[in-house]
Amino acid sequence: MNLTLKVWRQKNPTDHGRIETYEARDIPSEASFLEMLDIVNERIIETGGEPIHFDHDCREGICGTCSLTINGVPHSKERGITTCQVHMRKFRDGDTIWIEPFRAKAFPIVRDLVVDRSSFDRIIAAGGYISVRTGSAQDANSLPVGKVEADEAFDAAACIGCGACVASCKNASAMLFVGAKAAHLNLLPQGKPEKDRRVLAMVRQMDAEGFGNCTNQYECEAVCPKSISADVIGKLNRDFAQAAVKEAVS
Amino acid sequence: MLKGNHKMNPLGKALLQFWQSSIGRKIIVAVTGAMLVLFLLGHVAGNLLVFQGKEAMNDYAQFLHTMLHGQGVWIARIGLLVAFGLHIWATISLTIENRAARNARYAYDNTVQASKSSRIMIWSGMTVIAFVVFHILHFTVRVSPELANLPDTAYAAANPGEARHDVYAMVIKGFKNPLVTLFYIVGVSLLCSHLSHGIASIFQTLGIRSRKSAGFEQKLGWAISIALWIGFLSIPLSAMFGILKENPKPHHKAEISPPPASVQVVATSQG
Amino acid sequence: MASNGTLNSAIPSGPLADKWTKHKNESKLINPANKRKYSVIVVGSGLAGGAAAATLSELGYQVKCFCYQDSPRRAHSIAAQGGINASKNYQNDGDSVWRLFYDTIKGGDFRSREANVHRLAEVSGNIIDQCVAQGVPFAREYGGLLDNRSFGGAQVSRTFYARGQTGQQLLIGCYQALEKEISRGGVQMFPRTEMLDLVVVNGHAKGIIVRDLVTGEISRHAADTVILATGGYGNVFYLSTNAMGCNVMAAFRAHKRGAYFANPCYTQIHPTCIPVSGDYQSKLTLMSESLRNDGRIWVPKSKEDAAVIRAGQKTAADIPEDARDYYLERKYPSFGNLAPRDISSRSAKEACDEGRGVASTGLGVFLDFRDAIARLGKDTIEARYGNLFEMYAKIAGADPYTSPMMIYPAVHYTMGGLWVDYNLMSNLPGLHVLGEANFSDHGANRLGASALMQGLADGYFVIPTTLPNYLAGETPGSVTTADPAFDEAETAVRERTSKLLSIQGKRTVDSFHRELGLLVWDKCGMARTKEGLEEAIAKIPAIREEFWQNVRVPGDGDNLNAELEKAGRVADFLEFGELMCYDALDREESCGGHFREEYQFTEDDEAVKSGYTNPGEAMRRDDEFCHVSAWESTGVGNKPKLHKEKLEFESVKLSVRSYK
Repeated sequence: MNLTLKVWRQKNPTDHGRIETYEARDIPSEASFLEMLDIVNERIIETGGEPIHFDHDCREGICGTCSLTINGVPHSKERGITTCQVHMRKFRDGDTIWIEPFRAKAFPIVRDLVVDRSSFDRIIAAGGYISVRTGSAQDANSLPVGKVEADEAFDAAACIGCGACVASCKNASAMLFVGAKAAHLNLLPQGKPEKDRRVLAMVRQMDAEGFGNCTNQYECEAVCPKSISADVIGKLNRDFAQAAVKEAVS
Repeated sequence: MLKGNHKMNPLGKALLQFWQSSIGRKIIVAVTGAMLVLFLLGHVAGNLLVFQGKEAMNDYAQFLHTMLHGQGVWIARIGLLVAFGLHIWATISLTIENRAARNARYAYDNTVQASKSSRIMIWSGMTVIAFVVFHILHFTVRVSPELANLPDTAYAAANPGEARHDVYAMVIKGFKNPLVTLFYIVGVSLLCSHLSHGIASIFQTLGIRSRKSAGFEQKLGWAISIALWIGFLSIPLSAMFGILKENPKPHHKAEISPPPASVQVVATSQG
Repeated sequence: MASNGTLNSAIPSGPLADKWTKHKNESKLINPANKRKYSVIVVGSGLAGGAAAATLSELGYQVKCFCYQDSPRRAHSIAAQGGINASKNYQNDGDSVWRLFYDTIKGGDFRSREANVHRLAEVSGNIIDQCVAQGVPFAREYGGLLDNRSFGGAQVSRTFYARGQTGQQLLIGCYQALEKEISRGGVQMFPRTEMLDLVVVNGHAKGIIVRDLVTGEISRHAADTVILATGGYGNVFYLSTNAMGCNVMAAFRAHKRGAYFANPCYTQIHPTCIPVSGDYQSKLTLMSESLRNDGRIWVPKSKEDAAVIRAGQKTAADIPEDARDYYLERKYPSFGNLAPRDISSRSAKEACDEGRGVASTGLGVFLDFRDAIARLGKDTIEARYGNLFEMYAKIAGADPYTSPMMIYPAVHYTMGGLWVDYNLMSNLPGLHVLGEANFSDHGANRLGASALMQGLADGYFVIPTTLPNYLAGETPGSVTTADPAFDEAETAVRERTSKLLSIQGKRTVDSFHRELGLLVWDKCGMARTKEGLEEAIAKIPAIREEFWQNVRVPGDGDNLNAELEKAGRVADFLEFGELMCYDALDREESCGGHFREEYQFTEDDEAVKSGYTNPGEAMRRDDEFCHVSAWESTGVGNKPKLHKEKLEFESVKLSVRSYK
């Protein structure tokens, strides 16, 4: 199949980026989207150009590295998948495809389609963990966890930290990401002792990183490759309110 | 703007941090929004008394102005003003942050599931501010002398020595101007668009939405919005098209079917 | 302590079950006030590296952790699906430390160290405790206790799992512990930073040279010890289930600086991957092995039928029952479609080599659920495998409910790695190697659900105990980046980088990688022969030479430059591939993941005649090859020098595997 690509090119973080057009000829329809870009890149290199940079690693939808906005939708309009799981058979011969980076102030562009998502790491560092020293844990079965809570925590824990939620949000809000981690840890009995501290610290770090605020439009859950529900945002709001009240009165 | 101060007492500091945090301000938006929605429900219910005739309407207005020795209306007004002010202040500051957070736009803009209403909240909200200002000047401050000087003559006749404003006549006169009615239609429509997203959002922001209840909350938001739209707009339209008459003959009230019935029908069909 | 020539494995004396306890008691200690004076470099942030960095920081060491990914959370440990073994015996089905130990030794085809494997089994339970305390959401039963399943043919249910995302959940737990230490200031994290060389000062590993992948800046880092936890080398085959960025560079740089590389020929091939669909293919996707519980594997009996299927003129449904060859069921009637990974993989290769492959490339066999759906109903199959079927449909574009899946084996894991002693220290003092990057625990073949166990055992429980055995003898901060060894290493790195950028030839890096990958897959893949390996050893240097004359690396070194990164990695694979073939050539036996066609059971062998095993099964030669082959680098293009560590089996009896 033959395609026209409109790709965001930006040499480095300070460069003014621009959309450039590439013709992708004779792309096998069985190829994945990233393999299509590989083919285009090999041709660019062979003809003396610099390849289009994009983030990718596991190419099986779990590491969370790949991060393309395809025709205005992070990870493409197909639900529940990452960019690396998009296949060319979903496109039609002759299509024009717009490929842009995940956009947010808190995700500065490194080069072309590669962005810096270290703000997510700093949010986790602020409180997205359970403090337990290696070796000090009690027997794993000494603390039963009801299957319902365990399953609910798992649904939230499925987050791969790709940032599509931020990229899709009109406000570049990270509430789905933060809500997922907070829900995962707050729902488990192991995570309860640090619950209030965790929520306050993570939300404050999220604000400090320059993410926007949730306006409950739920674009995030629509593009989340792990289909994490915006319920975790409601829970985060509630946990934050409780923690803030406790902080104020205690 | 408020700034963090290490000398501040702990409670003050906690409140300041609450205000400064994104979720804190969203909670303020939700709580004030909920207050404003409750006010609107009361407001529309009271206003619909206009269909019960002049006496009922003017009695209601008199009650509002005399409850708690005349202080009730001021308590309500101040409460509403604070809620309205906080709602606006918080949403504007959040919106400024949101614009900054999404500093670059996509060349190819696309939306998966965000509703149109949710995407124009700031604009529908701004229009509502303008509308509310107009509405207060129109019917509360009564800048137009034509509406300001309307004594309720029947009441004065029945109660010698007392006087009250003829709110009923004012409403009907006020909506004789098609431009005014048009502005009310625009204002109320955008208000209801605002609420169709806002009401469901209250539940989410206060953390009482869940996957199971989400559908109900969204539908409740729509139902209230539609009910308010019909309720509020039925008055200017009825006045403009002469369904409501300035000097109705007594005992003709039954001819006018009260709108709440139709409200209910629509609400059910949405459910 | 036992010693084997130049290789001192430092295995504690005494009964097997007491060795680790004894070693812990006898290991050196560093007092808490002194720990903070010692600095540790950890390269890699997966389960092994991340766990080590977090734990060492908790203990008080100053840790610097490096990873090439944009975040430590993205290490490839994340992709493991199945589970993690532990001998908790929560199921009361007779499991024990001994049984986990024995299964691992046997699974490794008696080519691993008893003492290391026993220690692994001993600490396996602590791993689960630790992970649960961190909030890893393992599957639970309704009573709230942990659930287990049987995995990879084990006879007990000892595998803990978190849906199909066990690796992800364990890694995220580990990453969170690491972030906690980063925020506390104990760990300094360097994401998007690649180690390009090891710095050896007076024979001790004391630092690394790294490149900041975003700015291109090359910098030096000195420490009292260096830990490599950089994963396996499966990407030498170009196509594998590894992440695109997985590479051998850190381990290979260490090898070139004097660390021995052990058993590089031990590579694991996973039988159920989605086949290659064209030469544009960049990686292979694993389908869970559990599919073999209900799916039947077959190819047409005749080459002619296979040819028409490949041409798209017929489908699987057009082949009548009597024209199908359910070859695993035919050859291994008692295990059938559940035959072990290596056997199942080789059988698929044989069928395809005979011209009976069904994928368009000729390399694929059917995994058919038609009978299972007829027997159990579509709903049951959907409940069991729904998500896998969905994944397959997304990638392959075909519906497994109506037409059979196509599968083919792919490289999945590498058991070989840098040689380490019982303390996980390489022959280069000060260099410690953890996880898939070392060779230590899996012998010639790894059991399912054991990779996660080993990575975390090494990082959480082994290295924190054994590291002081080296560090206590060192003066903290004795080496700085001003040492001339850093000058030499940095210069070498800069020269190599400039050289790669200056060639400006005609071929892309990927084209060389593909060429190398095809060659080693063909000659040193599922089945190996002396001739094939000699051919590969002759051809690889030619590819390497062309690479250094004709590769095209666009751009410069002062920016993010993905091609430059790849070029450095492929350059090392071009040397490493040769080493792997030398090892495979030297090991004149078949064991685990290493199958030499010359060494297999035939009809004439006693074990076959007695009915104990089948013709075509791997034949170990314990008399000559019951050793670890540790290779010393002798420079590019030279045959590496072999050192042997004899494997002593005191507690188990070596036996022939049988799956009849």
